[in-house]
Amino acid sequence: MSETLPHEGGVILPGGPGEAMSVEIRDGGLVTQEMNLNIGPQHPATHGVLRVVIDLDGEVIVRARPVIGYMHRGFEKLAEARDYRQIIALVNRHDWLSAFCNELGVALAVERLMELEVPERAQWIRVLMSEWNRILNHLMFIGSFGLELGAITPVFFSFREREDIQSFLESATGGRLHFTYTRVGGLKEDLPAGFLDASRQMAATMRSRNDEYRQLLLGNEIFQARTKGVGALAPDVAVDYGVTGPTLHATGVAEDVRLSEPYCVYDELDVKVPVRTNGDSYDRFVVLLDRIDASLDLIEQVHEGLPAGPVNRKMPKTVKAPEGATYVRTENPLGQGGYYLVSDGGKTPWRMRMRTPSFSNIQMVPELLEGSLLSDMIAILGSVYFVVGDVDR
Amino acid sequence: MATSVFALEPLWLALLLQALAALLLFLIGAVVVGYLEHKVLAHMQDRLGPMEAIWHGIGQLPADGLKFLQKEDIIPTAADRWVFALAPAVAVVPGVVVIAVLPFGPGLWLTDLDAGIFFALAASGVTVLGTLMAGWSSANKFSLMGGLRGAAQLISYELPLVLAAAAIVIQAGTLSLPGIVEAQHGFTLFGVPMIYGIPHIIGLGLFFVAALAELSRPPFDMPIADSELIAGHMTEYTGMRYAFFMLSEYAGMVILSALATVLFLGGWYPWPGVGLPEGAAGMVLGFVITFAKILVLSAIMVWLRATFPRMREDQLQRLSWSVLIPLGLLNIVLVATAKVWF
Repeated sequence: MSETLPHEGGVILPGGPGEAMSVEIRDGGLVTQEMNLNIGPQHPATHGVLRVVIDLDGEVIVRARPVIGYMHRGFEKLAEARDYRQIIALVNRHDWLSAFCNELGVALAVERLMELEVPERAQWIRVLMSEWNRILNHLMFIGSFGLELGAITPVFFSFREREDIQSFLESATGGRLHFTYTRVGGLKEDLPAGFLDASRQMAATMRSRNDEYRQLLLGNEIFQARTKGVGALAPDVAVDYGVTGPTLHATGVAEDVRLSEPYCVYDELDVKVPVRTNGDSYDRFVVLLDRIDASLDLIEQVHEGLPAGPVNRKMPKTVKAPEGATYVRTENPLGQGGYYLVSDGGKTPWRMRMRTPSFSNIQMVPELLEGSLLSDMIAILGSVYFVVGDVDR
Repeated sequence: MATSVFALEPLWLALLLQALAALLLFLIGAVVVGYLEHKVLAHMQDRLGPMEAIWHGIGQLPADGLKFLQKEDIIPTAADRWVFALAPAVAVVPGVVVIAVLPFGPGLWLTDLDAGIFFALAASGVTVLGTLMAGWSSANKFSLMGGLRGAAQLISYELPLVLAAAAIVIQAGTLSLPGIVEAQHGFTLFGVPMIYGIPHIIGLGLFFVAALAELSRPPFDMPIADSELIAGHMTEYTGMRYAFFMLSEYAGMVILSALATVLFLGGWYPWPGVGLPEGAAGMVLGFVITFAKILVLSAIMVWLRATFPRMREDQLQRLSWSVLIPLGLLNIVLVATAKVWF
């Protein structure tokens, strides 16, 4: 990989002793050389191994290009050598912050190929788990966004809540990060005793805590100065790049799979999609907070409407999807996840292609970075919401 | 006025004791404020902070110091060796030097310069030279940017700091730090004994904000913005040299809090007009009172760190040149007018 960007007259300035920084005066103006800077792959701002190569003029970013692939683990190819039960444990791992939503997508795809009817109760619990997972994911980004802007306290608060939520999810799923709770045809097992009470209690706590985050950050003048108008994304650009999820909703486009192509029992629930209009870092952050509230609404609806009954179907020892292909879309916490499953009738998929939201979101980053300040890069990268594992797969 | 307890015969003994006392105060001050930061920050963030070292983690910072001593001292190949090695010292020495003129109690100062406040502000400004040297010599782009940000910050924030102090000098009629404390002791506002900090609330605010920026403390920590520039000018440093930078930051908190205590909060007196007992008891009590005020101010700095995000470099410059400096000039005019009037 070339260390410099392909542009004319680009000069590498190591920027140290022995390397004079040349400044010349041309056409009556001061002309300075640009500095090439590698942000990452190991850098605290990119939370993961994303690398952004930027050219700086002073502190202004002239060119930016994300370099991805440092975390490529070949999930799509791996899936071709795993049976469907194993794939569910596998897709937990590319976006470790949206584990349940990922495994749900795969299970839905296999069930659609097999034309399976999943028990009612399992579908409701799937919604419950998806929404808790969404909140877990958003809490992570609320904390890390503050941290990147230099506010070190929110991350401790949001991780305190993450801890509480993970504890009771663990009682049902056995996992704290990689839940592996879904099975083709239902769920691993029914909810344990006391789970719903814990969930109810946490939903109430979470609602008040969400207001705490708002008070801690949104009213802060420095926070507003750092984020308002920074990295404003136009709705048409967002749609062109295939940006989805909170990043898209912040631009005013309310596309959400839970409404446009409902899966599980989302069509029976009242799904609210919080939308903002400016598309800047501030709006992206507010959308995240609002989405937590919207998810809590859904969770409370599930608490009330959860039917009794089995959570599983009797399945054969080896699950084989019939020959055919299907594409399933799900609304993952970071945006739309897509699973294109092609089966030749065997016990492993012939091909499984994943569309991951982080990959599309990271594409439009140069669009936002060019022309902004180095400090703004942090506010932009922190609010585009991506997980590097989800980008590279 | 009391003379320094270090005014001893013979001179060499006095000098030796002074040097030792300055170093000791520097180290103890930095360690105490460092521990304060660890604990206050932790409790504000709903966690415990260091708990293992001795009792409630009070041994944490000395333990960290011991750890840093054992670390390998790495100098990057491309670095300018001498400048790189010297930079931490340049960052630390001004702190020790400024301690010499700070009054920590009646008679508890190493030397009473006639131009004490001038000397203190000038010497503490040298710290940034260390930042700049470290940034330049590390041969690292992140260090370079950190160093340059630090320099830009100093230029714009030394001014409001000096302007705020100048207003107090006009009020007290002396540049000597013990002199300012004594003048403040006799100060009355409409007949009520009062610390300068209340009528000079603008000056106090200016001084505190500028001090935060001068120390690169949040929300003005752009030179070491860890999410942008890794650790700014300290990126390439390891072991003891890195510890020196941290030490100079904490000592800087002590020094600027001590200056604010002297200028605005009445120094070693609990309140203007309230005297201290004579002799050693007064000295100890004065020292405790001064240090308590320093710790309160340092705790406020920590509190701000827990609350605020980091500002952006251009926003920082705009704040300084278009708000703080005009306010500082206005403050001087107001103080001078009031001084002539009353």
